[in-house]
Amino acid sequence: MGAAAIGIARQRNLFGVVLLSGIYSFLMATLLVVLDAVDVAMTEAAVGAGISTVLLLGAIHLAGGTESKPIHKPWLPLFVVVVTGGMLVYGTLGLPAFSDPQAPIHQHVAPSYLAEGPVKTGVPNVVTAVLASYRGFDTLGETTVVFTAGIGVIALLRRRKPREKFGSKDGEGGK
Amino acid sequence: MKLDIILRVLAKLLIPFAVMFASYVQFHGDFGPGGGFQAGVIIAAAVIFYALIYGLPSARQVVPDALVEAMIAVGVLLYAGVGIAGLLLGGNYLDYFVLAHDPVHGQHRGIFWVEAGVAITVSAVMLKIFYVFAGRRRDASEEAS
Repeated sequence: MGAAAIGIARQRNLFGVVLLSGIYSFLMATLLVVLDAVDVAMTEAAVGAGISTVLLLGAIHLAGGTESKPIHKPWLPLFVVVVTGGMLVYGTLGLPAFSDPQAPIHQHVAPSYLAEGPVKTGVPNVVTAVLASYRGFDTLGETTVVFTAGIGVIALLRRRKPREKFGSKDGEGGK
Repeated sequence: MKLDIILRVLAKLLIPFAVMFASYVQFHGDFGPGGGFQAGVIIAAAVIFYALIYGLPSARQVVPDALVEAMIAVGVLLYAGVGIAGLLLGGNYLDYFVLAHDPVHGQHRGIFWVEAGVAITVSAVMLKIFYVFAGRRRDASEEAS
């Protein structure tokens, strides 16, 4: 994954970048399967590697396949990224060890979800129970976000039908 | 690519299975991994696959633009409507226990419709984004994919 990420950063040919990011998404999905997060892995494989690759290829078809030379030197962004990443890594040092059952996040509501969820909701998959039932409001919000994204894309990119009444020919917005 | 017979036959073979898998992911999400979001994405991917092989106009005939745009809104309305139904039946917003006489059954019913709403909106949005991206240069140049 590191190699794929470095390749994405170095590559100037955008077609290669799209393919590399697809590979990155598949590797990420594999990693999530290893972490037993199958639902997330499925989403990552379908959205990250599938749909967004197709959409990015469509965007390349519209915008051309070569990245232009950067205007600025990369040192300031690189510095910001390194500092932020370093601080994040420093922060993870304070977290409890991975899959530690005594970690605070496993003491709050998670035990009751795991114990009562299948009984109360009758749904064996706890992820679905939490997503759709316990956290129904959050999922409604997420669906609304997706809805808003779709509306935004329609508003920005939809080709307007030429107005026949006036015979104007502004059929297409951009080029 | 539109005239390649191998791709066309293969697509015809694969797309029913993709839709089948999507409905499996949708309706089996209670028991295994999956759910509305994943199923919606897979359905959209199946239609996008069809559009890539057979060309955008024929995909737009199968799944017209008006239907897709309506589905974007219908999904969210369905989700919110489940919440309203809970209110009308005397519970809190998005409270599924009141949707049937048996609370567990009510949960099942609520989760089913909520996931259906998510799947409808997600698949429609993905498809719509693909449509507008792919149809953008249709006037300037002919048949691209």
